[in-house]
Amino acid sequence: MKRAAFILVLLIGLLLAWAAKDFPTWGDPHAPASSSPVSSHFISNTGVDTEVPNMVTAVLADYRGFDTMFETVVVFIAGLAVISILRGGPTRRTRDREFVVDFEPDLIVTNTVRLIVPVIQIFAFYVLAHGHVSPGGGFQGGVAMGASFILIALSWDLKTALTRFPIERCFTVAAVGIVIYAGIGLLSMALGGEFLDYAHLAKVLPVSPEMARYHAMLGVEIGVGFTVSAIMFALYASLSTDGRMQDGL
Amino acid sequence: MVEDGSIFSQLLVDRLNYFIYIILLLIGLWAMIAKNNLIKKLIGMSIFQTAIILFYVSIGVKEGATIPIYLPEHDPHGSHLKVDVNGSEKMLPPEVLESSLVPGYSNPLPHVLMLTAIVVGVATLGLALSVCLRIYRGYGTVEEDELLEKLEREDARNTGRPRRRRPRRAPSEKAVATEKLKSGNPRPRQSRTNRKGAKAGSSEGTRNDSTKSVTEKRKTVRKPRKKTSPKPKEDNS
Amino acid sequence: MSDHIVWIVLFPLMGAVACALSGALSKKLCYPISVISMIASVWASVHTMMQAIESPVHEISYILGGWSLDLFPRGVGIEFRADLLGALITLVVTGVGLIVTLYSKVPVQRETPGKEPMYYGLFLLQICGLAGIALTGDAFNLYVLIEVAALTGYGLIALGSNRAAAATFNYVILGTIGASLYLLGVGYLYLKTGTLNMVGIREVIEAQSLYDSPAMQVAFVLVLVGILIKMAFFPFHAWLPNAYCHAPSTTSCLLAPLVTKVMIYVMIRMVLTVFGVEFSFESTLWTEVMPWLVAVAIVCAAVMALAQREIKRMLAYLIVAEVGYMVGGVWIYNYYGLIGSIFHVISDACMTLCLFLGAGIILEKCRTTHFDGLRGLFAKMPLTMIGFFIGGFSIIGLPPTCGFFSKWYLITGGMVSERWEYMVTLMFSTMVMVVLFFRLIERIHLAVDESGKNLGKGHGDLGLTEEQTRFDEAPLTMLVPLLIAASIVMIIGVYNQEVVDQIEVFLRAYNLPTGVSYK
Repeated sequence: MKRAAFILVLLIGLLLAWAAKDFPTWGDPHAPASSSPVSSHFISNTGVDTEVPNMVTAVLADYRGFDTMFETVVVFIAGLAVISILRGGPTRRTRDREFVVDFEPDLIVTNTVRLIVPVIQIFAFYVLAHGHVSPGGGFQGGVAMGASFILIALSWDLKTALTRFPIERCFTVAAVGIVIYAGIGLLSMALGGEFLDYAHLAKVLPVSPEMARYHAMLGVEIGVGFTVSAIMFALYASLSTDGRMQDGL
Repeated sequence: MVEDGSIFSQLLVDRLNYFIYIILLLIGLWAMIAKNNLIKKLIGMSIFQTAIILFYVSIGVKEGATIPIYLPEHDPHGSHLKVDVNGSEKMLPPEVLESSLVPGYSNPLPHVLMLTAIVVGVATLGLALSVCLRIYRGYGTVEEDELLEKLEREDARNTGRPRRRRPRRAPSEKAVATEKLKSGNPRPRQSRTNRKGAKAGSSEGTRNDSTKSVTEKRKTVRKPRKKTSPKPKEDNS
Repeated sequence: MSDHIVWIVLFPLMGAVACALSGALSKKLCYPISVISMIASVWASVHTMMQAIESPVHEISYILGGWSLDLFPRGVGIEFRADLLGALITLVVTGVGLIVTLYSKVPVQRETPGKEPMYYGLFLLQICGLAGIALTGDAFNLYVLIEVAALTGYGLIALGSNRAAAATFNYVILGTIGASLYLLGVGYLYLKTGTLNMVGIREVIEAQSLYDSPAMQVAFVLVLVGILIKMAFFPFHAWLPNAYCHAPSTTSCLLAPLVTKVMIYVMIRMVLTVFGVEFSFESTLWTEVMPWLVAVAIVCAAVMALAQREIKRMLAYLIVAEVGYMVGGVWIYNYYGLIGSIFHVISDACMTLCLFLGAGIILEKCRTTHFDGLRGLFAKMPLTMIGFFIGGFSIIGLPPTCGFFSKWYLITGGMVSERWEYMVTLMFSTMVMVVLFFRLIERIHLAVDESGKNLGKGHGDLGLTEEQTRFDEAPLTMLVPLLIAASIVMIIGVYNQEVVDQIEVFLRAYNLPTGVSYK
């Protein structure tokens, strides 16, 4: 079986290598992808259309915002599915011995974490908000925020973290994130534009259409940040405790 | 062998990025197919998806170009747009970037696509790990060959054939009558039927036998033995 | 307002979020919320279908984010395109979704108690993903929506039981390989053409004449092999029987009719719209090779279905055979073959829905779907059995059910292209399906056991007690959707010309050989 798989994989590799000689060379500025009208439009018109210096955030949240909405939905689906798969399953098999280790949270670790976690969370907010100007955005900031919750769970125990962020609240926050994202899109539709056409939000906000896009992108990134941070922690809590949410690492 | 224009130079020098990603892709694909441990398969899946991400990101590279964020001199809110009009400052609106400056910035589109692909990959990995955990809880193993053996035994045991439930669960009237005559105290028998009755009621919701874990099924197999055990006790009393 | 096309996808999304949020309040709210959002989605897709039929170019184009510019008539972002094919498939997806949502009240409560909010959330998001796949006009957005549909599918199957979780793992591995190969293929396409819009890619292929480029050929192989894995084409079908057999019954009622058929739609979309007829059929070797692979696939699937003793596994292997029909219909490179393939997608969705709904009702009332447990069911549940057998007759291909007409077009296509291997295997598998279903009819009506011995004492006597043959129909919320699905199978069959007219309007835009000098 392993040998057959190896031969199959080698054949696939040869097929891909045969195609590779037709590719443009690495870094060629006249390659079809690099010189295409669509990407040239993104590079030259992002400043004029959205007044956002970071082209990647502008393309992610504005030009291709629909994709990003479904990406957020994918994260939400992962959280829903993990909870529903792990909850209500069989309990641990009685043949396995449970090694319950009784320990106190370590003094140095807990005090260091107590100092660091607020800094991490402020940094996460910074990454989210500054995603317009530097690399960053909703996903990156959301993951950093979720990591701060996981750090609390690791350095004390999961119970301490769960008293602060219960799983039900995590799912509510995640759903609120998607509501924010879709809500901004629906608001644009209600104001007469297409779905996720932020320029029409200038009718309710006292700014120009370009700045309306700027602010709507921030709103959308905030929605994404909510969902990602909540689901990261929910995934960790479910997986580390088999869905029982009792003890943990 | 590595002169310009030969096949090796074409693959390994001009198009090195594509060659590297092909190697990583094959490693990941082989791990997904050939490895026995389920967790190793998932690691292979992660390597496979990472190779595809590297491929896309390398599409967007332009030689000598900077990252796709406007430099300060092209910034839409930059100081280069401030104009001194009669002593007071006025901000001009941002302007379209000249097409000669466009090759100075990397292509932003592959970065965007790969942000999405990374998140989708993480979500798939999380879901697959929870499925692995459920398999471990139910079957006690994450090795594929042991798992297949256990699944075959389970499938052979539950072909889904309908079982004749009543004769096995409740004792026949004749047995109950005999017990009553012998002991005059029907309670032990009743409690056992109650337990069985209650158990049958609670598992009403999951009548499909395959939902029971292996330990529960072993308990049902042990039931006939339990029925015969009180008889010696009854004789002693 | 022509934005009904977005509402098709938004209603299930909002319904799913509402279900997940309402789980905190009451678990009983999920069913009404799902039904309401599915009714709204069906209304939006009917409206979109009407608009697509009436529009002069027979398609509706909706640029998301409002980014249609003079330089980019198809938008610089993501486009939602509903041409006649996409609108038909979306109507089928939302219609089947509504019927299964109506059906789902009793089984979900019984099989997965306490998990309703999450179940309905995943359910509605699955329909949202499938409808989005049928509507999108952007290759990368298609990948994201395929993953939405796939992840919700994994969740819906694995939450059933341990055996279901073990079956899901194989599905996860194979499904991820398929989706990642598709993504790699899209990467190659982007590398060579510079655009992600489906129509835009074809325009660049035609403008730059990329027909013989090795990268494009390999991109074609990667994209199509990825889709073939996801649609369970033999020999990549290993995940399907286990996954659909051990899944909760509502999940298999939703996934079995829809997922593989939507992937066939994706294949047709890639072949016709993205790569174009000239590239796919004339510049590659697929037209020569695929009908032989299809013939092997159909024969193997039909024979394996014969060997099964349990209804759901037999139906799962029948799905693999039907996928073979549809893939063959595309690759015989023929006008009638493509009509047959597209019409078979629609009719197969409806008839598989009938069969799985019936199997779910049998599981609910008899606690088993094994052949031995089916004696005397016709006396017990006549309406259910009528619905189930209408689905069965449609799979065999008896008029006036829709299965007859789709097989007619497929066989016509095979004759026109002179693909005898495809036609012979089609006939052979039809005979096998006759045996399968009449064997079931015999068991259900006549109480025959394994060795063929009739257990009754005479005509009409089933050898069962009075209680076992008393009329005890399924609950109304399960029975009425089955009868609706059975009547849809008959209606599509009787009015098949209307559906085929729309398919012909769609296909006329592509230059396909018809084998006759007039169309």
